[in-house]
Amino acid sequence: MVAPSGRRPGHNRRAQYGTFFGYMLALGGLGIGVVLLIASIGDSAAFAGARTAATDTTRPAAELAAASRSDTQGFFEVVAGYFTRGSRVAKLEREVAEARVKLAEQAALAEENARLKALLTLTEGEVKPVVVTRLIGSTSSSTRRFATIAAGTNQGVRPGMAVRSPLGLVGRVLEVGDNTARVLLITDSESTVPVRRSTDGIQAYAVGRGDGTVQIKLATTGLNPFKKGDAIVTSGSGGLFRPGEAVAVVVSLTVDGAIAHPLSDPGMTEFVVVEPIYDEPAATAAAAPEAR
Amino acid sequence: MPSPLIAPITDTLRDFGKPRINRAPSPILAFAVPWLLVMLGSLSPTWPIIASAPVVPPFGFLLLVAWQLLRPGLFPVWAGLPLGLFDDLYSGQPFGSAVLLWSIAMIGLDLLEVRFPWRGVLSNWLSASAIITAYLILAAQISRASGGTEALAVILPQVLLAVLAYPISAKLVGMADKFRLTPVQKI
Repeated sequence: MVAPSGRRPGHNRRAQYGTFFGYMLALGGLGIGVVLLIASIGDSAAFAGARTAATDTTRPAAELAAASRSDTQGFFEVVAGYFTRGSRVAKLEREVAEARVKLAEQAALAEENARLKALLTLTEGEVKPVVVTRLIGSTSSSTRRFATIAAGTNQGVRPGMAVRSPLGLVGRVLEVGDNTARVLLITDSESTVPVRRSTDGIQAYAVGRGDGTVQIKLATTGLNPFKKGDAIVTSGSGGLFRPGEAVAVVVSLTVDGAIAHPLSDPGMTEFVVVEPIYDEPAATAAAAPEAR
Repeated sequence: MPSPLIAPITDTLRDFGKPRINRAPSPILAFAVPWLLVMLGSLSPTWPIIASAPVVPPFGFLLLVAWQLLRPGLFPVWAGLPLGLFDDLYSGQPFGSAVLLWSIAMIGLDLLEVRFPWRGVLSNWLSASAIITAYLILAAQISRASGGTEALAVILPQVLLAVLAYPISAKLVGMADKFRLTPVQKI
């Protein structure tokens, strides 16, 4: 038999009131949702405190999970390695031969570079990372692309700092808690990174598309100069990101630019580097847009 | 003399969970398990999955829908408010999105229960699929309203995965329901 519905409790006055107030509360919840939504759409930094406090609470468990993530990926790679060993050895040998040639060229270039820099009396300081930390989570079920890192104010992380993996740019810090921080990934549709093509200086913007790729939009109109396989690096204009950091590789062309695949897949990255703010005024302006 | 560490299994431990005439389910467990399971599902952004595209089904919502379809009336109709608030803390959606959508879903599921009290596995799956698809589309719209510009087609794989993940969630809910009503308390 179907369980009797609690919605029509008969003559029981108390139960009738219970149902009635339950519904009122549910509709109230709906209203509260609308109010919260309006508040958060108006000011996206609203409730940041509650969110970062929440991620701070779950940080230990998430960090444990992050460690197991890299372990399991290693496991599958090991299994796959047995099947593809022969072809991979051949490929690696070929690559080593090519790399030797390239290395010699690079050495020559480095020498020339050092000579030219000395000529210009230009000194370039090494970028010292603020902290090396783990990616401990991402909003994998929402269309917004945020990730959480296991470092916050206590480790010196501030909003606006760039986050990168050994392979390339991951995103920038948006909200900071005590021991965790929320990172806006470059694939988020609100993320815009000023970029240029690595071979020449064609300026463009890399705008996230929300599906794991970025749209490269040309800064100037005209003929579309991009080709498949072009490497895209940060241009440094605007001051948010350090110039010359690898961002993405072009995979297909569109009318006014290209679609590129980010080089650093956050899913394959365990450790990321938080870099100090490149240009102070630009970063503070980006962190507090309402102050302008 | 046996040390306390290797003491033989006591009678209480051996009889744990066995249906016996003088055992009853723990009221705490019976009450807390559904809420905790949904909240655990909401914590999926802290699971070891880092995705550069939205592909992971919204487990918190799936579990709530499964509870409501399998055990109607277990959650009060206002449960969308507190559970949605918790989900918003982790989901990355604009704050309030889950409070609104989960509240609507709870009211809708209550109406569905009144209209179609007799349901089978397939009709449950069908109604859950419709609700989940609507939820994901609306959630994407809300995130677009807050400044996102991603195409709606982005969520297609996620909708598919979520619809396929519903039976698993329902199974999980069934198991949790069994666990919730395990007779553990002596009366």
